[in-house]
Amino acid sequence: MKEAEIRRLSAANLLCVLSVILTAVVPPFFWDGFTVLGTHLAWLCVCSVCVSTLNIILHLVLKPNLSPKRISFAHKISRFLKCCVYFFMSCILFHAIIVLYGAPLIESVTETFLFAVLLSTFTTLQCLCMLGPNIQAWIRVFSKNGATSIWESNLQITTICSIFGAWFGAFPIPLDWDRPWQVWPISCSLGATFGYVAGLIIAPLWIHWNRKQLTYKSR
Amino acid sequence: MRLRSGVFASSCLLMEALGVALFLRGFFRHYAGTIRTSCNHGSSLFLGTVSNWTKIPPPLFKKVVIVLIDSLRDDFLFGPKGKQFMPYTAQAVEKGTSYSFIAEAKPPTVTMPRIKALMTGSIPGFIDVIMNLNSPALLDDNLIWQAKTSGKRIIFYGDDTWIKLFPKYFVEYDGTTSFFVSDFTEVDNNVTRHLDRVLKREDWDLLILHYLGLDHIGHLTGPNSPLVGLKLSEMDNILKKIHISLISKEEASLPNLLVVCGDHGMSETGSHGGSSEGEVRTPLLFISSAFEKRSDPLTQPELVQQTDLASTLAVGLGLPIPRNSVGKLIWPVVGGKTMREQLRFVHLNGFQLSRLLQENTPAYEKGKSAKKKSYAQKEISHGNWIKLYLEGNNSEILLNFGKKVLKQYLEALKTLSSSLSKQVAQYDVYSMLVGAVIIMEVLLLLLLSIPKALSSRAEFEVPLSPPLFSLLFYLMCLVLCAVHVIVCTSAESLCYFCSLSWLTAVGVMMLISVLMCGILSTIARVFENSRLPLKNPVVSSSNWSEIDLLIVTGTLVHVLSLGASSFIEEEHQTWYFLINTLCLVLCQELCRNNFLLKEWDPQHSTTVKQNFDRIGEVSECKNIDILATSNSKLGKTTSSAGFIKGSDKWISLASPWIILICCRLLRSLNQTGVQWAHRPDFGHWLTSSEHKSELSFLAAVSLLMVFFLVQRRCSLVSKIAMALGLLGVYSYRAAIGNVVFPWQHDSQDISKGITEARFVYVFVLGIVFTGTKDILKSQVISADSSVKNTGLWEVYSGLVLLAALLFRPHNLPVLVFCLLIQTIMTKYIWRPLNCDATQITIMHYWFGQAFFYFQGNSNGLATVDVTAGFVGLESYVEIPAVFLTAFATYAGPLLWAIHLLCYLSSEDSRNSVAVSHGSFCYALMRSIPVAIYIVLVTGLRYHLFIWSVFSPKLLYEGVHVFITTAICLFFTAMDQNHSHKVQD
Ligand SMILES: [Zn+2]
Ligand SMILES: [Zn+2]
Repeated sequence: MKEAEIRRLSAANLLCVLSVILTAVVPPFFWDGFTVLGTHLAWLCVCSVCVSTLNIILHLVLKPNLSPKRISFAHKISRFLKCCVYFFMSCILFHAIIVLYGAPLIESVTETFLFAVLLSTFTTLQCLCMLGPNIQAWIRVFSKNGATSIWESNLQITTICSIFGAWFGAFPIPLDWDRPWQVWPISCSLGATFGYVAGLIIAPLWIHWNRKQLTYKSR
Repeated sequence: MRLRSGVFASSCLLMEALGVALFLRGFFRHYAGTIRTSCNHGSSLFLGTVSNWTKIPPPLFKKVVIVLIDSLRDDFLFGPKGKQFMPYTAQAVEKGTSYSFIAEAKPPTVTMPRIKALMTGSIPGFIDVIMNLNSPALLDDNLIWQAKTSGKRIIFYGDDTWIKLFPKYFVEYDGTTSFFVSDFTEVDNNVTRHLDRVLKREDWDLLILHYLGLDHIGHLTGPNSPLVGLKLSEMDNILKKIHISLISKEEASLPNLLVVCGDHGMSETGSHGGSSEGEVRTPLLFISSAFEKRSDPLTQPELVQQTDLASTLAVGLGLPIPRNSVGKLIWPVVGGKTMREQLRFVHLNGFQLSRLLQENTPAYEKGKSAKKKSYAQKEISHGNWIKLYLEGNNSEILLNFGKKVLKQYLEALKTLSSSLSKQVAQYDVYSMLVGAVIIMEVLLLLLLSIPKALSSRAEFEVPLSPPLFSLLFYLMCLVLCAVHVIVCTSAESLCYFCSLSWLTAVGVMMLISVLMCGILSTIARVFENSRLPLKNPVVSSSNWSEIDLLIVTGTLVHVLSLGASSFIEEEHQTWYFLINTLCLVLCQELCRNNFLLKEWDPQHSTTVKQNFDRIGEVSECKNIDILATSNSKLGKTTSSAGFIKGSDKWISLASPWIILICCRLLRSLNQTGVQWAHRPDFGHWLTSSEHKSELSFLAAVSLLMVFFLVQRRCSLVSKIAMALGLLGVYSYRAAIGNVVFPWQHDSQDISKGITEARFVYVFVLGIVFTGTKDILKSQVISADSSVKNTGLWEVYSGLVLLAALLFRPHNLPVLVFCLLIQTIMTKYIWRPLNCDATQITIMHYWFGQAFFYFQGNSNGLATVDVTAGFVGLESYVEIPAVFLTAFATYAGPLLWAIHLLCYLSSEDSRNSVAVSHGSFCYALMRSIPVAIYIVLVTGLRYHLFIWSVFSPKLLYEGVHVFITTAICLFFTAMDQNHSHKVQD
């Protein structure tokens, strides 16, 4: 059971990694002059859209949090709308935090906001898929020993890695190398992406490694 | 010997301060002036036997006028601004009989060292910047001295730095002080008013004018303000007047020369001191009818060194070249003469340079140096040429041969000059080494003592007596003394540490040995303890809270960042980043305290969402055991249960966000650093003259806020004193014209505001005195801690008042936010979270560092606000000026440190060792970056940016160590009382 679950998880994660790589590789074939650094905003959009679509599809296919009871259609709709609102709010919150960290308030609002969207895609969207708009569950998952399944452990690891990646991505900005990737917000968004990819790769390995210690109590 | 950790920390810091002082002394070796015998008449070697010219060549110019425009950047003269605002000069540059160059100034681009460079041709040491405030007479051989001894009459008008540098050399002078930076017109009119009279007269040979107005405009409004254009037009008219007068007076005998130059440029913000392109590139323009009219269109002016001016002018005036000049002749200026004269000039210059090189390199003496050989060859060909010339050979061959020799000479001059410039950067490695060893040993000792010193006893057993009588100690002492003797007797170069008395040197050696033995025996004891099985293991990382994790990572990140020059330039970014993260982690901690320990309440969903986001921000929450924190935090759970109480909870949850917003506002108040320093910021907007009423309003509101934030814990008397003092601050600012009173809109007479400032000083002293009295009372008579706390708070508020006086008015919000954040943190974060003394100390240290940059400071010297040293003083008085400047610069860290003491001693009842832990931690936080930085700087001492980036930072670090030592001693003095009480 557990082994099969881990295999499914790694397959899903590998798909996500692949999608991130594809967003950098595929578009130039259709779109002249598309590069990750040159047309960074376009890449941000493409990456966010791809990762979020894939996440939603995977969620629908794999159904990690198998809920036994059937839910009414209206309930589903309201749930979906709630998710959208939450996602938007998390974008705004990330934007505010980035500005508090020193991003310009008035200039390059688009860049900052798209970066916030990317971060939300890597973090909030996954939580919404996995846990739904249920803050209580979020708190539980992100507190000590709160994960109840390997999917939730995976969620913890990827989210934290993405945010750490973004945090470390800010470091090269003050260096005077005058490289194209030092422009705001490229290094941060690249850092977040690398962190996300690293999280996706690390999570199954870590879970596999620690599968003896991980004893998930059922709810 | 058993020491409390506070005492231990301050004694460590004292030793460290000694080490830092030694290191700084070695790093910035200060050249005392050399004897000024300039006997390079150049009739040396064999040339004398060949040539019949043995005297100094006669002057090329009759009268020379040097117009030095402070902060004149190259594009002000040669760029579009020059064409627009300086039409006459621009025409002279393009079509007239002139030569234009871009003279590169070496950093530090501050006026006094630059004047020295222009007049001596040498590169002044970095330490000259410090002396800039208080310029003593120049002892080096210089152009002015040479001119005076050869009977030239010199007239000077302008910046009085010159008069301090060259006392009694001018037959006539009028100095203007650069004290009032806000004065654009008066400083220059004071110079120009003499001009008409002097130009009519014939009784002078050298006229020097130093105009300060442009520099003042730059400092206040930046290089792009319309005022710059006006000033440039004014300068253009003056140059026109001088030039016309010089031409009209020219007789058949000798032409006159007009030199226009700048001492340094200005950066995009209008300040100077660093090494950005705008700061180092200054124009250098020679206008004389002796030059050929320019025929070809002007290309980009040639790049020369600022030091080249001294030798060129010396030749032009027929004077010996200053002895320590590393400059080379600016060729075209003397190029109009006959070949023989030209060769003579370059020979003079080459002779002087090679002798200087000879004096500075031992290898040169033995004739090993390739440079010497090549130079000697040129001299031989010169001799041959003169032989041919004297034989009366006057053909084409002679001319071509002469040209060849000349070319070779010029090349040789270039190599000589550049190798000499490099030579200046020599270090006193031995003193540096001794200092660094002391600092590293102190750091090691501090690090090794962490577990003991931060334990609940807060005591550290200093292993002193066993090593003092051990063989190792005596052996080390002996070896070190032997090394000292060997180094000091063999070294040719002057070494500061060797020049100390033998007793002191032996004392330092003993100190090093004692520290070494102390470290060794501490290590031995640690090993012994670890072998004991029942000892519980060192605090493992799993019990660390996120705050601990962040503190450790942050310290490491900051220390590592010091290795990169751009991170030093942008160090404020590191600190802002760290305190932001700290606030977010605190927010997460608060949320967890509020929500997870209590029963879950679904209605708090929105806040919890933030909570979630914060959790993600931090670290692997999974591994972290919330409740099982280290022993010292056992009381946490119990107290935090009582903490949640209605509205307080929400304020507490919001407080990190308020602090974050405050920090963001402060960040946009002063744009500092290098890369983004030119960005518009709120501070510049406020200081511009059209926003005076906004600035006045802001200053008034800030002073009011300061009063409300400070007064709540003061006694009634100090409350009144504080209010009056803050009123005094406002009227002082109004008196010197920074702000206006609402009822008087036209600023009439601007005074120095001496009375107002002294009025405030009286209150500062009064409040501090009251506070000290309270502390002493609690110390001597009653052991009442509340009296002591009030006393401490009063000392603190006195310092706040002093800071309010010294801060520039647009920086007053920094003070307000400082107090606000301290209040919020004390009330809603530290008390509820029950942070331990270590964490609070480090947070204070971080915020102190961040506020250092919020104030507008940077790691460059240009941002030091020297005007703070003149507040309330008639003229420059060294000790108060240095003290006030240091206080104003380090006000942020200092206020946070004193607040830390207030806070910790008010927590005394709960945690009796808090102050002790605090001072130990504070010492540790200071020692780590200093020690690492000193190692880095020693390694990078030949780095390209050593003088522009690393050295100013080293000075800042050094001064910070001295200040921290003082603070730590104060801490210990406050803590001493407690230890008495315990013994009773
Ligand atoms: Zn200057
Ligand atoms: Zn200046």
